[in-house]
Amino acid sequence: MEIGDAMSADIIEIEQLKAADPDIAAIWQLLEAVKDPEIPVVSLRELGILRDIYREEDYFVVVITPTYSGCPAMRQIEDDVKAKLEKHNYPAKVKMQLAPAWTTDWMTESGKEALREYGIAPPHTVQKSEQPLHFIREPFKKEHVPCPLCGSENTIVTSQFGSTACKALYRCLDCKEPFDYFKPY
Amino acid sequence: MANRELKREYLLHLADNALILGQRNAEWCGLGPVLEEDMAMANNSLDHIGQARLLYQYVAELDGDGSTEDTYAYFRGEQQFRNYVLNELPHHEQISSYASKDKDYSFTIVRNFLYSALMVLLWNELRSSNDERLAAIADKSLKEAQYHLRHARNWLIRFGDGTELSHQKAQNALDHLYGYTQEFWSDSEIERFAEESGLGVHPSRVKEEWEKLVSEVVEEATLTLPELPEKGYVTQGKEQIHSEAMGPLLAEMQYITRMHPDGNW
Repeated sequence: MEIGDAMSADIIEIEQLKAADPDIAAIWQLLEAVKDPEIPVVSLRELGILRDIYREEDYFVVVITPTYSGCPAMRQIEDDVKAKLEKHNYPAKVKMQLAPAWTTDWMTESGKEALREYGIAPPHTVQKSEQPLHFIREPFKKEHVPCPLCGSENTIVTSQFGSTACKALYRCLDCKEPFDYFKPY
Repeated sequence: MANRELKREYLLHLADNALILGQRNAEWCGLGPVLEEDMAMANNSLDHIGQARLLYQYVAELDGDGSTEDTYAYFRGEQQFRNYVLNELPHHEQISSYASKDKDYSFTIVRNFLYSALMVLLWNELRSSNDERLAAIADKSLKEAQYHLRHARNWLIRFGDGTELSHQKAQNALDHLYGYTQEFWSDSEIERFAEESGLGVHPSRVKEEWEKLVSEVVEEATLTLPELPEKGYVTQGKEQIHSEAMGPLLAEMQYITRMHPDGNW
């Protein structure tokens, strides 16, 4: 198994990783504790930000990918990863990788579940289209975003831009509560 | 200009467009017409400034002379910026620099619409750049531009097809700003190079699609596209010739960094 494949698996195949490289397996496990600074219930792996971990010379390279271009959390994430590994005496460098571009489709099922429990509706699968204008031509097409609090699908968008770059504001018409929706990206 | 120089200038042109509009739209932060729009514009600015950063960081690596992303944003003067004049205009009709006038949200929406319509098409083309790094930046930026366009389009239709006053304001903004879009299509050395080398594309390639989209949305908004004079003046921001709005914008944006050039936090 390629080490890099671990990121797409919902549950890290730690045993297999251990056989391949116990240190790298240990780092994957350590980094499970590093959460998104804005959404402290999902790990970087679950968000799809943590892309790979490999050895280079006498240190480890942790590959992360930015979410939104201007997301101010990225620097914090980089620092958190470094601090975590430093504390456990793993010499490491953080590499920021732009391509392939991050997509919410990389979010794991456990990550989506954690978001929902936290009160944020998880993103739908990105509607892939070769025609980029398709996205804006059907803006009112009903996107069923179930309320993370009561489960009702009777919800309405308040604003396409929310408290952070990755979220939209919604309101539930049944339980009347406002909530965040993690936008498909 | 040598090819290396042309590449650098083309990347700066893309970055400057993003930075300057990001700076303009950030003027709404804390002053939005409603809370949701205040947040929308802050998000919009964050995306644009983020795109600019990715491009400036790339140019800094190409230059390799100790420049950082900040060097380009904060330590260049008006005549070194290559953004479209459209992006630097204030959120109201242009009046003398010393006068002030309340910001008009219909200007913000019309400009965002005209520009993001271009950028959705352009970023989409740039995903096929033969420069891997630019293609990667385009891939991210496209996703953001799509959200910007969707937002601006919805509001434009709401304004145009809204009340008599909102219609009149949107039409006024469209009449005022539309002529500036002609700069998208004019020829320039950097864009010719981008097109020929495969680094980028000349926007004239997406002109037809842009015009189709814009006229469809304008019609849906019950607005009218202004007639442009046959030989009207075409602005040349991408050729480093700016309007009187650019100086005050840079002054505000660069003041703190120039006051404390080695400041760190």
